[in-house]
Amino acid sequence: MSAAPAYSEDKGGSAGPGEPEYGHDPASGGIFSSDYKRHDDLKEMLDTNKDSLKLEAMKRIVAMIARGKNASDLFPAVVKNVACKNIEVKKLVYVYLVRYAEEQQDLALLSISTFQRGLKDPNQLIRASALRVLSSIRVPIIVPIMMLAIKEAASDMSPYVRKTAAHAIPKLYSLDSDQKDQLIEVIEKLLADKTTLVAGSVVMAFEEVCPERIDLIHKNYRKLCNLLIDVEEWGQVVIISMLTRYARTQFLSPTQNESLLEENAEKAFYGSDEDEAKGAGSEETAAAALPARKPYVMDPDHRLLLRNTKPLLQSRSAAVVMAVAQLYFHLAPKAEVGVIAKALVRLLRSHSEVQYVVLQNVATMSIKRRGMFEPYLKSFYIRSTDPTQIKILKLEVLTNLANETNIPTVLREFQTYIRSMDKDFVAATIQAIGRCATNIGRVRDTCLNGLVQLLSNRDELVVAESVVVIKKLLQMQPAQHGEIIKHLAKLTDNIQVPMARASILWLIGEYCEHVPRIAPDVLRKMAKSFTAEEDIVKLQVINLAAKLYLTNSKQTKLLTQYVLSLAKYDQNYDIRDRARFTRQLIVPSEQGGALSRHAKKLFLAPKPAPVLESSFKDRDHFQLGSLSHLLNAKATGYQELPDWPEEAPDPSVRNVEEEDLSLIETHVGLLGEYTEVPEWTKCSNREKRKEKEKPFYSDSEGESGPTESADSDPESESESDSKSSSESGSGESSSESDNEDQDEDEEKGRGSESEQSEEDGKRKTKKKVPEGKGEASSSDEGSDSSSSSSESEMTSESEEEQLEPASWRRKTPPSSKSAPATKEISLLDLEDFTPPSVQPVSPPAIVSTSLAADLEGLTLTDSTLVPSLLSPVSGVGRQELLHRVAGEGLAVDYTFSRQPFSGDPHMVSVHIHFSNSSDTPIKGLHVGTPKLPAGISIQEFPEIESLAPGESATAVMGINFCDSTQAANFQLCTQTRQFYVSIQPPVGELMAPVFMSENEFKKEQGKLMGMNEITEKLMLPDTCQSDHIVVQKVTATANLGRVPCGTSDEYRFAGRTLTGGSLVLLTLDARPAGAAQLTVNSEKMVIGTMLVKDVIQALTQ
Amino acid sequence: MSRTTSLPKRIKIHFMFFPAILSDSTTVLEFQFSCSIPAPLHSENDYFGVCSEPVIKDNVVVVYEVLEEMLDNGFPLATESNILKELIKPPTILRTVVNTITGSTNVGDQLPTGQLSVVPWRRTGVKYTNNEAYFDVIEEIDAIIDKSGSTITAEIQGVIDACVKLTGMPDLTLSFMNPRLLDDVSFHPCVRFKRWESERILSFIPPDGNFRLLSYHVSAQNLVAIPVYVKHNISFRDSSSLGRFEITVGPKQTMGKTIEGVTVTSQMPKGVLNMNLTPSQGTHTFDPVTKMLSWDVGKINPQKLPSLKGTMSLQAGASKPDENPTINLQFKIQQLAISGLKVNRLDMYGEKYKPFKGIKYMTKAGKFQVRT
Repeated sequence: MSAAPAYSEDKGGSAGPGEPEYGHDPASGGIFSSDYKRHDDLKEMLDTNKDSLKLEAMKRIVAMIARGKNASDLFPAVVKNVACKNIEVKKLVYVYLVRYAEEQQDLALLSISTFQRGLKDPNQLIRASALRVLSSIRVPIIVPIMMLAIKEAASDMSPYVRKTAAHAIPKLYSLDSDQKDQLIEVIEKLLADKTTLVAGSVVMAFEEVCPERIDLIHKNYRKLCNLLIDVEEWGQVVIISMLTRYARTQFLSPTQNESLLEENAEKAFYGSDEDEAKGAGSEETAAAALPARKPYVMDPDHRLLLRNTKPLLQSRSAAVVMAVAQLYFHLAPKAEVGVIAKALVRLLRSHSEVQYVVLQNVATMSIKRRGMFEPYLKSFYIRSTDPTQIKILKLEVLTNLANETNIPTVLREFQTYIRSMDKDFVAATIQAIGRCATNIGRVRDTCLNGLVQLLSNRDELVVAESVVVIKKLLQMQPAQHGEIIKHLAKLTDNIQVPMARASILWLIGEYCEHVPRIAPDVLRKMAKSFTAEEDIVKLQVINLAAKLYLTNSKQTKLLTQYVLSLAKYDQNYDIRDRARFTRQLIVPSEQGGALSRHAKKLFLAPKPAPVLESSFKDRDHFQLGSLSHLLNAKATGYQELPDWPEEAPDPSVRNVEEEDLSLIETHVGLLGEYTEVPEWTKCSNREKRKEKEKPFYSDSEGESGPTESADSDPESESESDSKSSSESGSGESSSESDNEDQDEDEEKGRGSESEQSEEDGKRKTKKKVPEGKGEASSSDEGSDSSSSSSESEMTSESEEEQLEPASWRRKTPPSSKSAPATKEISLLDLEDFTPPSVQPVSPPAIVSTSLAADLEGLTLTDSTLVPSLLSPVSGVGRQELLHRVAGEGLAVDYTFSRQPFSGDPHMVSVHIHFSNSSDTPIKGLHVGTPKLPAGISIQEFPEIESLAPGESATAVMGINFCDSTQAANFQLCTQTRQFYVSIQPPVGELMAPVFMSENEFKKEQGKLMGMNEITEKLMLPDTCQSDHIVVQKVTATANLGRVPCGTSDEYRFAGRTLTGGSLVLLTLDARPAGAAQLTVNSEKMVIGTMLVKDVIQALTQ
Repeated sequence: MSRTTSLPKRIKIHFMFFPAILSDSTTVLEFQFSCSIPAPLHSENDYFGVCSEPVIKDNVVVVYEVLEEMLDNGFPLATESNILKELIKPPTILRTVVNTITGSTNVGDQLPTGQLSVVPWRRTGVKYTNNEAYFDVIEEIDAIIDKSGSTITAEIQGVIDACVKLTGMPDLTLSFMNPRLLDDVSFHPCVRFKRWESERILSFIPPDGNFRLLSYHVSAQNLVAIPVYVKHNISFRDSSSLGRFEITVGPKQTMGKTIEGVTVTSQMPKGVLNMNLTPSQGTHTFDPVTKMLSWDVGKINPQKLPSLKGTMSLQAGASKPDENPTINLQFKIQQLAISGLKVNRLDMYGEKYKPFKGIKYMTKAGKFQVRT
């Protein structure tokens, strides 16, 4: 830590008053004992049972680390506390571990098991932080564990944990780069993730681990473009810079036609570019001028990227703005690049560091695209309070922007700068004037005159710099400037700066024929002062002498010989060498001297004028905004920005078949699609509006949706619903994926729906439950048949029970929208609107047993069906809700009983087992205010008055999970304490078995094809060869009922989701021995996918 | 690179240490991040009132905890202060007392709901007894005035800072009388960009507490009214070792408002040894080491213009300095937005109660320089 010395200066700063200073305490006994004694009290504190003491100890240790003191000898004592329940202690232990684990690898291993336990914790925050610390401990032995943990976390339910997994990838890679291949697999998987939270982190991992695997991006390109706007700022930066590189490899250059034209008539082009509006026109003329080339058509994906990044120029984050700016600079057609100028100029207001980086980039851009920044010329004017670096960069930009029209203003501004107190800046200004003079011929004389005036400046530095610049300028057209050379010659008496003197001498020598009278005189003066001159000046004196000797030997012969003999005995060998060399060349010796004949050619050859150009000239081959660009040198880890391809690679690689891009995200945030606009503005009644909006926010507030009963007539609503989805009215036009008509209809339909249903749509998309394809059209007849079939079979069910599924199947055509479903039930069956607990419901499971018995004689062909049906498997075994220790003696487990919950058929019934292992009775056990995600509701269990020590009790509660596997979080309250607990249902518990015949099954399956069908291949292990085991395993995983089947190696199961009532059909085809195929048909695709995963896992284990 | 941020060195070391882990990535990101770290630490209502060296030292553990949440392997993790506050609760005296009694901690054990929601900037379950929403429209004038008093360049940079303390999930819309004035805007992520594009209305679900809703730029093309003028007469004579110095500050185009908090600073040339000045009001100091002259003027009374007159003693024998000092000006004008921007109305949807609303305008000098 670089802060170490600073910290050690003020020891005890954070220790507070009255605390002993460890290691400096005289009581700890001299040099020898201090080492092992000094942390004894800390160790003691860490070994106690009291959290507060541990916390205090950890705080002191962290403060020690912060002060740069070595606390590594406390490692064993600290590591013990990694399992501490107090979360703050835990955090500080993590801080400590990350700092010292690499030094004490063996001891660090002690903590690993705690992290492994943490990875399985129901609390996502704990899972995430366990993974974070595990991956930050740089101990090579645990690489396999880390790999496993990352893989597991990559498929975690919580996006936050998946994000952490993405962060862990580069950490593991830097620890062991051999894991690359496996890590790429994880990256590939995470790239397919659709949450904004993950997107930025996984792209960062991609850039660190496998930036060359551009092929991984293809399938996710459009998704990333569309998500971009909602990703958090840091993620946006990484994604944009990656997409810039991607686009460079995949699309054709939008400027390929222009660049040819530019070479021919650069000036003219700039002229037209000045006007932004004309830009498009110039592009056209460019295309017209080159009829031979095939016209450039921008790839729609290229366009998509440009369009989706543009709003981000308005971001508050300078990093994002800069990223978009470089993307436009590298990728956009010339006519469109202009939009970034304004945003970049805005960034000049921020911190000076940001200003510095932005100005560097502007300097590079302004060389290529001068027109872009011209309107903002005045924003680059320099203030006396700017730091020198900033001043010089601004000067650079001003010089780049100067042209025929604005040069007078720029020069006037420069004149002010020359009077500045900052001499470095003044020197830079003089050079800038020189550059302006070379670039703009019209002002060359003016500049030269101005510079000559500067020669009489009192500051030597200014004069010297001017001489150097004048020398360069004169070299371009020496003939007309005899006067200036004369003036310069006079200055040799005054100017003392060696570089300037040398420059003057060189000028006089070079153009001695323009000043034939003065030149020998200057040489005479210089010969006089030769010994006192600086080396660089001496060399030029020799040069001057040689040149004069060649042109005007009559006057200068003696002088030259004098100078050369002086030089011969100079202390500097360079000068001695030069003198010897020159003498041999110009003074012909006896032995021929073939060279001396060419001496004139050697010394007085016409020399090319130097080109004054910007140091930013070729910097744009580095990706703008990168560190390499800033340094103008390749930094490690820099990814080369590739050149445009000659031929565009196949664009179809980006096509994604069943991807449902428009449904991915709800854009509520900044720059997002604002779908509500038309609705809100039209709505005049404030009250009504308020009521309508409320459910929208219940999303994040955690209000339960179904309780909001709207006053609209369900008939008319469902009518408009189905109409809009079939007619595809106007509405929003944001659907990006044009190839998917279904989605477009969906989107548009939603746009014109009433607020209530729109809210549902939002909530649905948030949970990413995709819509069933073709469901809207077929649902009517489908529901008819299904209702009739259920009537014929479930004979023992009550009237109401039969009515319900039929009615809501009919009323909600497109899919099982949960909220309207419940609402409509309550409106239809008015007497049932009273609290659901009163509702008398006969549990279908009991029905089913008797029903199965009935069916046995009729349809059963499979003998093994009966036992599996008759013994309802209670789902997953007991799971811990609250550990004994965390609950202070109260241990709580839960099981999914698979009994229908007697209050509400849409609820999953959960048996909760309490046991009191403390020695005091626990009183008043009840559920406290639940904080639930939208749609999820809880039917609490009746309060348990008292639980004596050692006793246990069971209660049943119902949870409506709304057909999602989101966890239900609630509080368990006792009289004294509150515990936050959460129940996350396995997907298999979200459904209830349905019984149907083989024919019905096939009929229903036929309706759920296409997107609603998920098929996966698997290898059945040997243990799964018997029917019984297979059936048991499937039913243990999912609460499904077996459907009879004619063929022996095929298993069919059917169920309905509890809340939505959507059918879930599962087929397992095991005909070829060993290899099997699992098919799930359900309109709830997410449920289907997860079910497939779970069942495969159950079967193959 | 010279750093002008007024942060203690130690924090800078921290900040530069962490971002430097990235090998080659976007440079602005790094600087941006290093600038964003102090924000949650020192802004009001957040962790510490001020971010000074002793405060950091006293709370080094909290700083560690916060940084731990903000960064993962050098990549920014959670930077929204609302989310951070749920993860690590800011230390207050009350909380410290409660913690020692109940044994609870400052560290939250649940993932903040905001992290996963579509409104990550807002905490859920916000409750206030007094529901208030205050907006400050603050405009800064950046200008360079030349010797003769004519404007070389002038721009207005404005921000709207908000302090919103509203219960629940309010949805606010803010509309302007003259939105066309705004030339270039950048928003807090909560603002719905589409709505701004189509209707020029700011519609947003605000974060809780203080935040910058919007910053804007009024272009140089529009004529900017310069509210003050400076008359100056600074001359060095070649032979004598005395120079004359005289500055008068006066109001112009202030729309009837008083100019307050005027401060004049000027970096004098190296040749100036000392200054012997008398102000007509306020106090002045001259530091002979840094050659910095500063004059705290206070309010400008149009009837009696403040002036600072006197002599400068120059280094004897040295030739007169060829540069003239530039004068930097600071001032404030309450109840005026110099660009003429006016908020039309503020409406709240989504919640039932009536909030208390307030809008304040202020004009300040930004980088306001007068060349002499």
